[in-house]
Amino acid sequence: MDVAVDETGDAVTDGAVDGAVDGAVDAFIELDRVEKVFDVRKKTGFLKRERRQVRAVDSISFTVARGEMVGYIGPNGAGKSTTIKMLTGILTPSGGRLRVAGIDPSRERTRLAHRIGVVFGQRTTLWWDLPLIDSYKLMHRMYRIPDARYRENLDRCVELLELGDLLDVPVRQLSLGQRMRGDIAAALLHDPEVLYLDEPTIGLDVISKAKVRGFLRELNTERGTTVLLTTHDLQDIEQLCSRVMVIDHGRLMYDGPLAGLHEVGESERTLVVDLERELPPIDAAPARVVRVEGPRQWLAFPASESAAALVARVAAEYPLVDLSVREPDIEAVIAKMYAGDAEAEKAVS
Amino acid sequence: MTGVVRGSRLGEGLRAYRLIAGMWIRSAMTYRASFVVTVCGNLAVTGLDFVGILLMFSQVDALGGWRLPEIAFLYGLSVTAFGIADLVLGSMDVLGSRIRDGSFDTLLVRPAPVLAQIGADHFAVRRLGRITQGTVVLIWALASVDVDWSAAKVLLVPLMVLSGAVIFCAVFVAGAAFQIFAQDAAEVQNAFTYGGTTLLQYPPTVFGKDFVRGVTFMFPIAFVNWVPACYVLGRPYPLDLPEWAAFAPPLVAAVCCGLAGLAWRAGLGSYRSTGS
Ligand SMILES: Nc1ncnc2c1ncn2[C@@H]1O[C@H](COP(=O)(O)OP(=O)(O)OP(=O)(O)O)[C@@H](O)[C@H]1O
Ligand SMILES: [Mg+2]
Repeated sequence: MDVAVDETGDAVTDGAVDGAVDGAVDAFIELDRVEKVFDVRKKTGFLKRERRQVRAVDSISFTVARGEMVGYIGPNGAGKSTTIKMLTGILTPSGGRLRVAGIDPSRERTRLAHRIGVVFGQRTTLWWDLPLIDSYKLMHRMYRIPDARYRENLDRCVELLELGDLLDVPVRQLSLGQRMRGDIAAALLHDPEVLYLDEPTIGLDVISKAKVRGFLRELNTERGTTVLLTTHDLQDIEQLCSRVMVIDHGRLMYDGPLAGLHEVGESERTLVVDLERELPPIDAAPARVVRVEGPRQWLAFPASESAAALVARVAAEYPLVDLSVREPDIEAVIAKMYAGDAEAEKAVS
Repeated sequence: MTGVVRGSRLGEGLRAYRLIAGMWIRSAMTYRASFVVTVCGNLAVTGLDFVGILLMFSQVDALGGWRLPEIAFLYGLSVTAFGIADLVLGSMDVLGSRIRDGSFDTLLVRPAPVLAQIGADHFAVRRLGRITQGTVVLIWALASVDVDWSAAKVLLVPLMVLSGAVIFCAVFVAGAAFQIFAQDAAEVQNAFTYGGTTLLQYPPTVFGKDFVRGVTFMFPIAFVNWVPACYVLGRPYPLDLPEWAAFAPPLVAAVCCGLAGLAWRAGLGSYRSTGS
């Protein structure tokens, strides 16, 4: 009898283990209730200190499959950089389980280093006083990149990121955009399987941003490199990422396609109508007038509703001259989401 | 098995050290004029140090019963040992600023031991100045001291220099580990190492007995030269120590390395990066 119970128990355990292994095969990055708590000591007076705990990352779970390109967004202090630092092994999680390519980053940081590329938008890894090419030569030797591979990767980066004229220029003479492109190339010479970028487009002009985005897209589609990037520029996400994760106060608020954010954020589209003359606000519920400026009126309506029905109604009842529909602004959606979260938090406390 | 792994880690570390030190030398070369000026300046400053001791000796005939060549012997030993450590790991104090400005993060994502990377940080050839100066004094002292050279005594001299260098290196590493804990402890570390060399330039009898005991047992730095130098010079050591104590420096150095290694691991484990 006892034996039978034991056997059943074993069978169940085996099944669970198998499931976990299967999951690990296609999940390249795996976080399971990962936490990072910082002890912050604040000086409150002479020799007096106050201790406080900051939950920078608060029980986050997600998986990223090989070859995915994921945007990681959230307001300042949300915990994005902290997450990236844990994924690269710079910081040790305070709790939870974290695996990248089956490796625990904080325990086997050096081994993992060969397989990942990291770009910190705020700081460079290039050698300030030396020509750009010298930094690449160091990567070549430090990562033991085979000569042919190195030359091939370098040529490709030089071509796509337009670094040709910059290779012999000391890094300190490069502009911010040039330096950023140089940093991205430096992170890719050893063929990393995953590339983490923490604010790669910060401070770049439109043209540099376009170059960087084009390059990342190419990297992801041609090479199948997994990319995880944080940004405050939602155009980065719109143009690059099929999947977006929103984090706030260390918690994952949303994980899914960019379009899905509209539903979650209850976003609204706007119908702008030009009437023949000034009229009182149009009455067309559930649409509501949010602004009136002379003969022009702005009507907000749920993004899920059809615009055609609304246009037909307005056209039938009012003297229309012109109209246009504006798609919801993803930025506004996210701002609303952040604000909603803050309100929810206030309500709780 | 672990021996092999550890050995390869040491090899990896040395390789990374060489690569990074090479980059720093090339960086320094880009400012050639200032490179030459700092090397000369460094030589002049360390030279003045010794002139100070010479002047003092022209006033007193002997210091604590020790004569000039003997003082020069102590001085040459400690300065050479310190100079080697300073050349190899002398930039450990920039670790503090690397931690504060967050650039330490970028070292952690490289496939090379962090200790090697931080040790080679800001590697500067100009630090050869101190070694040169120490060696010159040491050679002069060896030629002038009145000693019956036995094989053991001859062997002890390079052993003292090397062990001393290793002990100072261990102090640098422990100081660096401490900097990760207490993010701006570079000052504390400097007091230890630079204070240490100044102290070792004077013979032990100048200081009180309790102080010497403290130094001998609390700070094994005394093993850099006092204990073995007394043996070489045939002078009685102020404390009752067995004769083999003179040959303890490599042992002390090994223990210091072990402790420093533990401290470094603990420090690295407590690293928490910056908020930006
Ligand atoms: N080393 C640290 N020590 C103490 N607190 C920290 C540390 N690093 C981060 N924090 C805190 O953790 C929280 C998350 O910080 P993090 O840098 O991850 O935010 P972020 O999402 O990258 O923000 P940003 O968009 O401003 O870069 C913040 O409240 C921050 O103050
Ligand atoms: Mg950040």
